[in-house]
Amino acid sequence: MLTRSFIAGLALTFLSGSSFAATEITWWHAMGGELGKKLDEIVAKYNASQGDYKVTAVYKGSYPETMTAAIAAFRAKQQPDIVQVFEVGTGTMMAAEGAVYPVYQLMKDTGATFDPKAFLPAVVGYYTDTDGSMLSMPFNSSTPILYYNKDVFQKAGLDPEQPPKTWEEVESFSKKIMSSGAAKCGFTTGWISWIQLENFSAWHNQPIGTQQNGIGGMDAELTFNGDLQVRHWTNLKKWQDEGLFQYGGPAGGNDAPPKFYSQECAIYMNSSASRAGVIANSKDFKVGFGMLPYYSDVQGAPQNSIIGGATLWVLKGHDEAEYKGVANFFTFLSSPEVQADWHQYSGYLPITEAAYRLGQEQGFYAKNPGSDVAIKQITLNPPTDNSKGLRFGNYVQIRDVIDEEFQNLLAGKKAPKEALDSVVTRGNKLIADFRAANG
Amino acid sequence: MQTKRTVFGNRLLPYALLLPQIAVTVVFFLWPAAQAVLQSFQREDAFGLSTTWVGLANYLDLLDDPSYLNSLKVTAIFAPAVTLLSVGLGLVFAASLDRLVRGGRAYSTLLVWPYAVAPAVAGIMWWFLFNPTVGLLPYLLAMIGYRWDHALQPTDAMILVVIAASWKQVSYNFLFFMAGLQAIPKSMIEAAAIDGAGPVKRFFTIVFPLLSPTTFFLAVINLVYAMFDTFPVIHATTGGNPAQSTNILVYKVFVDGFIGLNLGSSAAQSVVLMAIVVALTVIQFKWVERKVTY
Repeated sequence: MLTRSFIAGLALTFLSGSSFAATEITWWHAMGGELGKKLDEIVAKYNASQGDYKVTAVYKGSYPETMTAAIAAFRAKQQPDIVQVFEVGTGTMMAAEGAVYPVYQLMKDTGATFDPKAFLPAVVGYYTDTDGSMLSMPFNSSTPILYYNKDVFQKAGLDPEQPPKTWEEVESFSKKIMSSGAAKCGFTTGWISWIQLENFSAWHNQPIGTQQNGIGGMDAELTFNGDLQVRHWTNLKKWQDEGLFQYGGPAGGNDAPPKFYSQECAIYMNSSASRAGVIANSKDFKVGFGMLPYYSDVQGAPQNSIIGGATLWVLKGHDEAEYKGVANFFTFLSSPEVQADWHQYSGYLPITEAAYRLGQEQGFYAKNPGSDVAIKQITLNPPTDNSKGLRFGNYVQIRDVIDEEFQNLLAGKKAPKEALDSVVTRGNKLIADFRAANG
Repeated sequence: MQTKRTVFGNRLLPYALLLPQIAVTVVFFLWPAAQAVLQSFQREDAFGLSTTWVGLANYLDLLDDPSYLNSLKVTAIFAPAVTLLSVGLGLVFAASLDRLVRGGRAYSTLLVWPYAVAPAVAGIMWWFLFNPTVGLLPYLLAMIGYRWDHALQPTDAMILVVIAASWKQVSYNFLFFMAGLQAIPKSMIEAAAIDGAGPVKRFFTIVFPLLSPTTFFLAVINLVYAMFDTFPVIHATTGGNPAQSTNILVYKVFVDGFIGLNLGSSAAQSVVLMAIVVALTVIQFKWVERKVTY
């Protein structure tokens, strides 16, 4: 009798013990600074909301650093459950079938409620396979928009409420701004690769590569050396020579923001997620927001812009209980409240329709003019094969190639056509290498 | 002449004493080096899910790769330039200080300071000084009519990385030259002075030849430094840009391997780099050393 109750008591202790120990889930991310603080806040909110799982978010540095760290950890069998990977790493992650647990599969296996249709097509299209299944969880997606200095526009005799809509206007406005002495330079831009080539192509409904920009299969090739892209790069070189355009450097273009903040350049193109930074750094002048410019004589322009940013990938090699927690956390992350909060704070796109609607009901867009430019631009038209996104292996290096050839162009070492042809030849070689390594 | 010999009573003791050093060499040098050699014959995806043996393909690809040949060329300019500049300036400072009657200690302290600065910090500092938008030097250069732009002009970028990489190395070279100068007998210099040789003549006929062992040693050390240890400087200043004009071999190993995740090619490049440095050192010890008067 005594023994039996003792055993029962012991069993009870064990059972309750196991139900109290929360399952640990690790999440490696690349959100530093203000965004990192917000992310920690979201995670803390999740951990406080339930007792079964405990998410630990770890900041791993820049996007490439986070991705490399996760890959190295996977090779050493120490991988996190969730890793945040930037959009150009998508090709690499997708090819790693043995390492990645596709999100649609995870949600199905764990029986979590999950509706892929709730997400914005322009966002999800980037991260689905050819059958339309979602491979990773969208988290922070942005798209480039145009910022302009209203005070300088006023000084130059331009309408401060009218951002330039076309490239023709960007040129004529810039000339007016410079000749009137309102500012030293017309415009600058971050991300030559992402904004002035990839988004430029999608915005004008021009192909970036074959096979629906690589989304249709791994045997795709780059084709963004078309007439229109050559025309645009020719203009950028011409405008740089005339001083209308100032180059902000490779990759994200570190020198571009200071040129806009110091009122040296009046117009500035960069990610919608730069919005918070732009507002914080433009205390001395009023900022306006607009969509990306287009060439008015191009048929089908403007189409829609494409996204950048990152998604969350789940890595294989953990047990079922952890994956249940991951699914539960993802459901929390994509809830309208969390999404709307994150989007409104950071300038990233609301990734679900519900989050966008919530923002409208809260009156956020009316109170914060310009905060919905990005979402309007990305949903301007239903995406075509040219504007769904892009997916190529080794794309991280291809981005570097774009920067290098653009530098060759600006330094006068290559003609526009020659530079773009070289991007395509070198890029296709990298894609072929990737195919060989992942074949 | 009697040499001092230590005799170990226990036969195992000498080996045991060597063990920590051997362990460090094996773990931090031999093992990774062997791994690099192995990987250089393989083609592997980033996650290590599929590995294929490709023989010499990674090496042959390098010969075909214009960006690799460019990197060789860039290194062939960068490494000798850094060596020449840092050894040269080190020598000039040391020789000037040697003639200084007062304030020598203060100057030498100041000259040694840069060596305590981490390379990445030095890189950032030079990047700031030379920044085309906010930097001081482009502003001054603009006054004399030179438009500095290392973001686009390969020559400007090369000058920037050479200066940034040499700067802190000057201190190191300075210290060695100071020590070398103190070893030169004052009587020789005085004798030459009495014979009517001026300071410049004395430097080139007496001081410099007697310093040649130091100079030779520093040339080797600095060349190896320029080829291997300048990664943080490049990373903090140009990142190999513009258009790969400052992408030296060691930086390319990092970019291709850690950013591009092309492990096979990156491993092959590091093996080649290793071979180059070994070959350079052997050449210098075998041939150059003979012409050096110790």
